[in-house]
Amino acid sequence: MNDPLIIAGVEYHSRLLVGTGKYKDMQESKLATEASGAEIVTIAIRRSNIGQNPDEPNLLDILPLDKYTLLPNTAGCYNVEDAVRTCRLARELLDGHDLVKLEVLGDEKTLFPDVTATLEAAKILVKDGFKIMVYTNDDPIMAKRLEEVGCVAVMPLAAPIGSGLGIRNPYNILEIVDNATVPVLVDAGVGTASDAAMAMELGVDGILMNTAIAAAQDPVLMAHAMKNATIAGRQAFKAGRMPRKRYASASSPIDGTFF
Amino acid sequence: MNIVLNGKQQSVADQCTISDLISQLGLADKRLAVEVNLDIIPRSEHPQHQLSADDKVEIVHAIGGGCKLHGDANID
Repeated sequence: MNDPLIIAGVEYHSRLLVGTGKYKDMQESKLATEASGAEIVTIAIRRSNIGQNPDEPNLLDILPLDKYTLLPNTAGCYNVEDAVRTCRLARELLDGHDLVKLEVLGDEKTLFPDVTATLEAAKILVKDGFKIMVYTNDDPIMAKRLEEVGCVAVMPLAAPIGSGLGIRNPYNILEIVDNATVPVLVDAGVGTASDAAMAMELGVDGILMNTAIAAAQDPVLMAHAMKNATIAGRQAFKAGRMPRKRYASASSPIDGTFF
Repeated sequence: MNIVLNGKQQSVADQCTISDLISQLGLADKRLAVEVNLDIIPRSEHPQHQLSADDKVEIVHAIGGGCKLHGDANID
């Protein structure tokens, strides 16, 4: 089944996007990323460690630019200025690459997005030529506003970042999917494979996750599981599920019974 | 002269360029982005761009990060 995910005019064949934070070392990060089958991988931009371990492995050595689409991420930004600055530094770092993940957080306890600041940052970045995949709340109206200002994908949370609580508000996610003309990806909150399948069955175009894989007991195995769940959920969505019924309906014919 | 590099005082030679600074730090050949006083200086301008005393210089790179990156997630 040729069923590509198209973001800003580019076709991808994996609907699972992964983050690269929280792994115990580079090797685990590499193996889990490979096992996930992800083509788009988020990274963060941080100060270089001056004078410490100059020979330490660099993330970009294990994530070659010809194999992965790197998605710089404004994680950790709590205001418009920091988010815009981070995206501009990322574009310089990656030789003009302009696909970014925008998130502007509102509160350290919940890591919920500050949606007004997110909208403001999105407007500035669109004007500056960025293609923005935007992290937002599971609010259908805000998702629409972000699409209207030119974001190339809208990424509502399923539950708070790193919480692993699963899809808390499936009807809102459904509403966002129904309203959108850009891809909708669930970003944050997935805890295990069934959550990923459930999100895909709602009709979202993809899922972005990090902690659900990195914080599993066996991250590489969980990465496989998430890959399979994402594919299974997508196929189930495309296949169209049977209607739910209150009473039983026998699968075997009644005609021809001899008892 | 002194500059402020990634939030800390750093001594550099007078007329030090960004390329000189990167070499001095042992970061040549690394994929980096550089900001001086909040302006991004493109890589192509690093050899010519001379630093001035008290410049605020940020040198950044890519590290692991995803939808969860909060303080302690620096794996690089």
